[in-house]
Amino acid sequence: MTLHADALSGGFTDAPTQSARAFRAVLEAMARPGTIHTVEGAAPPAPLSLAAGVALLTLADATTPMHLAGAADCQPVRDWVAFHIGAPLVSAEDADFALGTWAALQPVTRFKIGQPDYPDRSATLIVEVDRLTNHGPALTGPGIALVTWLSLPETAAFHANRALFPLGFDCLFTFGNRLAGLPRSTRVEKI
Amino acid sequence: MSDYNFAYLDEQTKRMIRRAILKGIAVPGYQVPFASREMPMPYGWGTGGVQVTAACLTPDDTLKVIDQGADDTTNAVSIRRFFQRTAGVATTEATEEATIIQTRHRIPETPLTEGQILVYQVPIPEPLRFLEPRETETRKMHELEEYGLMHVKLYEDIARHGQIATSYAYPVKVEGRYVMDPSPIPKFDNPKLTANPAIQLFGAGREQRIYALPPYTEVVSLDFDDHPFQASKAAHDCDLCGAKDSYLDEVITDDAGGRMFVCSDTEYCTSRRAAGHKGRLWAPEPEGVA
Repeated sequence: MTLHADALSGGFTDAPTQSARAFRAVLEAMARPGTIHTVEGAAPPAPLSLAAGVALLTLADATTPMHLAGAADCQPVRDWVAFHIGAPLVSAEDADFALGTWAALQPVTRFKIGQPDYPDRSATLIVEVDRLTNHGPALTGPGIALVTWLSLPETAAFHANRALFPLGFDCLFTFGNRLAGLPRSTRVEKI
Repeated sequence: MSDYNFAYLDEQTKRMIRRAILKGIAVPGYQVPFASREMPMPYGWGTGGVQVTAACLTPDDTLKVIDQGADDTTNAVSIRRFFQRTAGVATTEATEEATIIQTRHRIPETPLTEGQILVYQVPIPEPLRFLEPRETETRKMHELEEYGLMHVKLYEDIARHGQIATSYAYPVKVEGRYVMDPSPIPKFDNPKLTANPAIQLFGAGREQRIYALPPYTEVVSLDFDDHPFQASKAAHDCDLCGAKDSYLDEVITDDAGGRMFVCSDTEYCTSRRAAGHKGRLWAPEPEGVA
């Protein structure tokens, strides 16, 4: 297997400052669920969005097992992850990070939800979506002053996930150069 | 400045800390273990807070560092200089200008806003540690939400002193789930923890724990129906700026019992005096003194 030359480009050109700015966007997104943030600096191969690439470069490395789901599990993405991130690719059950569309990530009950004494040992799902707007189910909970709204792919899975609190997985939704967060602590309106 | 990686820490360490911060945000009040690094300062000088600040800093940030409310004490000055040298960020003493505020044991008097991050230096992150020294047991207690021991401790305070004598590091419950040590802030500051628009991050370097409060998180100080929580301060006004609502330090001024009370938050006091407020002992600077 030879590494395609495209795999060598598309990473951060100035990692310390680019990852710092990207992390602040991710932090704000997770700390204020429903807010949508713009990121820059990565050019991952298709079908990955720019924001998904930025999230991976900022958070994942050789110590974080990663699961690529569906269309994201292709050779160009595998090569790109291998060169820029070095994360071992694993099955869904063992992953710290999982990447794919919501449909490809199903069933999401496969992912790590942490242990009762270590709820932090849970997966973070990077969910590629085809729209990201503040229209959708109402969100309440930590990080939200009163109520906010976010276009979510569904609601039932997030109710089930919230019911596990403090266990559960956390989600980052990515679309183009924008991302939004949905930690397990958020309550999603039932519709 | 180019002798260091941006914000001192290497990138892999920052990613590890950033992952811990995000899990802390997702489970408010839960202490996330992290692989704390040795920093070029001793444990107890804010190595946890410094690592959290380093992981959050961007070149566009304006950093404020306070130690017991003061911008000009050794710990605050040395940490501020550390990040000036290793990250090249702007620094300030004005609370409203800062985007990241690293603090030892105080929350600024000026209300925080969205877009700000308050980073606490934490010596002992485990609120149950002095009641139960074994980590295996305190972890189990958090898992089972078994916090009876903490209420017994507060009850014993009342039985012995007639009131809850805990005056700093006063335990809180976060979103009805985890009991959390808010770091040794005076209990006067506890009401500022809840529903705060800023992100609050807690770093304990020696104890290797990070925990967090997202904005607008419900934080309740533990108490009893018949002994409700009371935020207390010295029953005086600031002797320099006359503030009635700020937390005060008592300063002994002579060996004949003389004393004065001044704002612990130096920037708050200075800006009030600049705005023309005068306290009991305020006096203009003498001529010829800078």
